[in-house]
Amino acid sequence: MDNATIGTRGLAAIPGVRHSRATALGERAWRALLWGVMTLFLVNIGFMIAAVATNSFARRWLGTWLPQGWTASWYADAWKEFQLASILWVTVEVVFAVVALALLIGVPAAYTLARRDFRGKRALMLLFLLPLMVPPITYGIPLATVLYQTGLGGTLWGVILANLIPAAPFVILVMTPFIEQIDPNLESAARVFGANTWRMFVHVLVPLLGPGILAASLLVLVRTIALFELTFLTAGPDSQTLVVALYYAVFAAGVRAPQSVDAMAMIYMAVTLVWLLIALRFVNPTQLVSRVKEHPQTA
Amino acid sequence: MLSAQARTPGFDRALLLVVPAALFMLLLFIYPFVYGLVLSFEPKEGGWLANYHKFFTTGNLWPTIGTTLKLALPATLINVFVALPIAYKMRVKSRWQRWMTTLLVVPITLGTVLIAEGMLTYFGPRGWLAQFLQLTHLYGGAIRLTHNYWGVLISLVISGFPFAFLLILSYITGIDPVLARAASTLGADPKAQFRHIYLPLLGPGLAMCFCLAFVQAFSVFPSAVLLGAPAGPTRVISIAAYEAAFEQYDYSLASAIAMIMGAVQLVIVAFVLSLRGWFYKGPVTGGKG
Repeated sequence: MDNATIGTRGLAAIPGVRHSRATALGERAWRALLWGVMTLFLVNIGFMIAAVATNSFARRWLGTWLPQGWTASWYADAWKEFQLASILWVTVEVVFAVVALALLIGVPAAYTLARRDFRGKRALMLLFLLPLMVPPITYGIPLATVLYQTGLGGTLWGVILANLIPAAPFVILVMTPFIEQIDPNLESAARVFGANTWRMFVHVLVPLLGPGILAASLLVLVRTIALFELTFLTAGPDSQTLVVALYYAVFAAGVRAPQSVDAMAMIYMAVTLVWLLIALRFVNPTQLVSRVKEHPQTA
Repeated sequence: MLSAQARTPGFDRALLLVVPAALFMLLLFIYPFVYGLVLSFEPKEGGWLANYHKFFTTGNLWPTIGTTLKLALPATLINVFVALPIAYKMRVKSRWQRWMTTLLVVPITLGTVLIAEGMLTYFGPRGWLAQFLQLTHLYGGAIRLTHNYWGVLISLVISGFPFAFLLILSYITGIDPVLARAASTLGADPKAQFRHIYLPLLGPGLAMCFCLAFVQAFSVFPSAVLLGAPAGPTRVISIAAYEAAFEQYDYSLASAIAMIMGAVQLVIVAFVLSLRGWFYKGPVTGGKG
């Protein structure tokens, strides 16, 4: 359908002008269905989280509505038994290193992709899109083999490098439209006053890109905390992040008390939730991959 | 685009900015990928195609493709096509919009393990749902929603839906509302606006969202182990690859399985992206895609 058809034939022929009683009823039923689906989804998830939370505070809970006694000792257990302190520290190290490095290599690349046209640009875009389009296990297994050969496998740096593979392209994907909407005249002005590329970047672009960089880094942060497969394949015993440690805790479920695992799962959820709420505070989710304004006219 | 080439004749130094990212991807994505591809053709024993031959003739390997697709395709379709009308509803700013959006996005933070633990407790034989259904006499039989196909499917929907919703919402709000307003002055009701304005413009975004959601669902690993029956009906392809690599230490076979997995994935992605051609193309765009 081309633009002309939407303009003339399309709208004139749209049969939506009739407002009979039947369509009004249909609309009401449709709205009720949507709200019903949303409510069912949220209520069940709410109860699911509540079940885990209840169990994590339960002394004994077998087949009754509520457990027979309450205790907070599972959290202390989880803290000691799983060495949560060191796991949390590893998680923090990995996540912040990934965010910093992804920004460091992603933002300049996004700048060039947003501002310049050059030969091989499409191939380069494909190179950056491909890691997001291929399942992590597919490149994770060969990657783990390569990392173990170079001695990086099982180390903190191995985990960081592996997590950067989807993180850097993600930054590029989010930042390119953000950079496109900044008026290039501002850069030209900085150049006229004698700023070199580095100073122009630090004093003009980075402040303007602030919201975009914040959005991208928070999203990478939330994604990296949750990314299971790559960390799972490349981590050693000392470089497990929270999500992988949690998986191992459930996998060896016979040994651990389920309440202790649930306590750990609640800690995981709390950590991610805090960051997500911070992210949503700064980033309107509706502007995630959109241009905030229309394209400025290039002079 | 900026006319930078005109200002700085010769080599444009801004191009250097893309070099670190490109080098990184070549070194850590393309090289291991090619390495894995080569490795998959150097099996422990037999000719160069022995791994692929083994995969397609062994009874517990080749059916994993079907098992994975049977989980990933319905999960993705549910996620995208339930998220679409809900996101369409949420495009209008209202008091509820921001709250509902946040609530619908929060399940992203749950993580597979919490979802698994929650489902095992809540849907379990003596869980709240079973007790509630018995109390209200709605359903007396046993609930079988864990340790089988449905458990994994539900888990994929819970973890995948918020992502699909967020993405589609941002695509929908990127469409200029002036277009819909113009249509409504010509007498189009919301249904007709959706059918004739939004849907055609959303096409590329929807295809992209489907692909990203499908990648997530297709590489299902932890939930298939924790909530499914990893030896039987939910033995997905990533479990097969993991077992080959870390239980049998046959990295060559594992690479072959990983390559097959990537190939299946890329065939689906290519098919979906080729459907974009059916949608509207013209001067007005969805802004992204």
